[in-house]
Amino acid sequence: MAAVCGNADVFTGRVPLRNPSPSFPRVFTTQAASVRAPGPVISTEMASTAGTLDSPVKQIQIEGMVVLKIIKHYQEEGQGSEVVQGVLLGLVVEDRLEITNCFPFPQHTEDDADFDEVQYQMEMMRSLRHVNIDHLHVGWYQSTYYGSFVSRALLDSQFSYQHAIEESVVLIYDPIKTGQGSLSLKAYRLTPKLMEICKEKDFTPEGLKKANIGFEHMFEEVPIVIRNSHLINVLMWELEDKSTVADKHELLNLSSSNHLEKSLQLLMDRVDDMSQDIVKFNTYSRNLSKQQQQKHQYLQRRQQENAQRQSRGEPQLPEEDINKMFKPPQPPPRMDTLLIAGQVNNYCQNVKEFTSQNLGKLFMAEALQGHN
Amino acid sequence: MSVFGPVVKIHPVVLASICDSYERRNEGASRVIGTLLGTIDKHSIEVTNCFSVPHNESEDEVAVDMEFAKNMYELHKRVSPTEVIIGWYATGFDITEHSVLIHEYYSREATNPIHLTADTALQSGKMNIRAYVRLAHLSVLCLKNSEGISECQYVFYSAQMGVPGKTVGVMFTPLSVKYIYYDTERIGVDLLQRTRMTPGRTKGLTSDLSQVAGSASRVQDMLTTVLAYIEDVLSGKVTADNSVGRFLMDLVNKVPTISAEDFENMLNSNINDLLMVTYLSNLTQAQIALNEKLVLL
Repeated sequence: MAAVCGNADVFTGRVPLRNPSPSFPRVFTTQAASVRAPGPVISTEMASTAGTLDSPVKQIQIEGMVVLKIIKHYQEEGQGSEVVQGVLLGLVVEDRLEITNCFPFPQHTEDDADFDEVQYQMEMMRSLRHVNIDHLHVGWYQSTYYGSFVSRALLDSQFSYQHAIEESVVLIYDPIKTGQGSLSLKAYRLTPKLMEICKEKDFTPEGLKKANIGFEHMFEEVPIVIRNSHLINVLMWELEDKSTVADKHELLNLSSSNHLEKSLQLLMDRVDDMSQDIVKFNTYSRNLSKQQQQKHQYLQRRQQENAQRQSRGEPQLPEEDINKMFKPPQPPPRMDTLLIAGQVNNYCQNVKEFTSQNLGKLFMAEALQGHN
Repeated sequence: MSVFGPVVKIHPVVLASICDSYERRNEGASRVIGTLLGTIDKHSIEVTNCFSVPHNESEDEVAVDMEFAKNMYELHKRVSPTEVIIGWYATGFDITEHSVLIHEYYSREATNPIHLTADTALQSGKMNIRAYVRLAHLSVLCLKNSEGISECQYVFYSAQMGVPGKTVGVMFTPLSVKYIYYDTERIGVDLLQRTRMTPGRTKGLTSDLSQVAGSASRVQDMLTTVLAYIEDVLSGKVTADNSVGRFLMDLVNKVPTISAEDFENMLNSNINDLLMVTYLSNLTQAQIALNEKLVLL
């Protein structure tokens, strides 16, 4: 799985990534006496009506502090293109998902084999409840390396999350893009169609054709809005007052080749994977058609023989089970292809976004130079 | 403020967490306290994380849930093993006697705890953030006031004083506080600062060219300010300042003087690269879409 799904740099031999499990919301349903509006009641309501809403989450509202926490987590623990993950906490208000807090998940280490993440999570949630932090799971976050996050592990995790909690999302934080000048945080959910398929676990070509799902309909992106309370606003004013003006304007940086190279390298790898997959599928369909032909021929011969025997008055040959003789070849699972296609699409999108920004910058530089 | 002892460098995420836990305090609690985590250097103390600790405070006694604090620290250590307890914070305005007691507890946990105060009640119109330490310890006291007008953060350094043999008093000495950011953190904070302007205190995330446009307009604003200043100086309204003049010189020299031809070449080759990559990615996308359609036939 790691060979097909992940970029070899990211998932170095650790198969599969264990993502935070969503088994919590049923445990903690008591209401926390807090200064803020009661959240838990609304959430349990939403959870119980799961399945009747088409797309329960139209917008995501994140507290500024959560953004800072995610950035910090990656910065401190995520160097070396490791993927960092964590859990999002919050509540659901009408059609908005509010994320009010988060906590990071420790990295997997070889010696800590089964160090019991469930227990870590439980303890964390219990402790946070004591200090009146919303303790409801609403999703999880993950950092990504140049946009390569469409993988089997992510799909499985998000599926189990969305299955347990209707409104959960996965936040993908791209630190490299953020380092280039603008915060890159995206929220994804699985489309209902994809949820259906995952539930059936029917990944054959026929199954996918029935659901009529393309790589563009795998994930739906939910718009994100950042919200700050008044007190945090005051803090912001204070920070601006006191901190040095370190506005580096990374965004206007003209150099692009390094980033482009890496992106294209990843894109090429995935395209290679995809072509391998296509070859596999082609051989399968060729085998299938050949087998059909053989079956046909066999049947015909049978019929001829039977006709002859009838004419001679001999007993007919027993009908043999065709299927046992011609075992149909296994149809290759198409889920991986779908994932690869999705990933390729994502890379292309990122590359295009990057090039459009750079073209803009180059034209600006030309204008600047032209005035001299 | 006296520059005594190490400098305290605070990350904005710590302050945001403190604000948040203050907003979520229990009914009747006037302030919240919590533990500060970070790293200690020879000359500076960097505060990178924090978590709040439930506590009860009344006129004559104070109770801190130490078990909780220990537990939380263990959990946090799992994620970032390099962070240690370096002190504690409290919102509120002043250092009270209870603070001394709590400080005692924390001096058992860390060698030189700092006490951070953040004035969330904004008593003096600003959120003052100060750090204190006992003459052997740094304590970071966060005073947070609920009115939201200003926050005082004071970092105190506490010292023992008094007549030997009698009750020993504790003196908290202030330390200098700096705010420090990682690069990505800076960008995140910049985005958050833009929420100040919108009425609902919200901000969506933009993408693509609009970001470049935004950045360019900000540079343009800055240039306008600079130009206005230059006009003033030229017309004699403002006396010229040499250091500013030097900065302006640097600024103008930053635009490299390249011959027009060379620049054309560089520009064209860059544009060609980008266009080629765009073409390739469009081609790839068309290809996979086509493949999809074929498979699903």
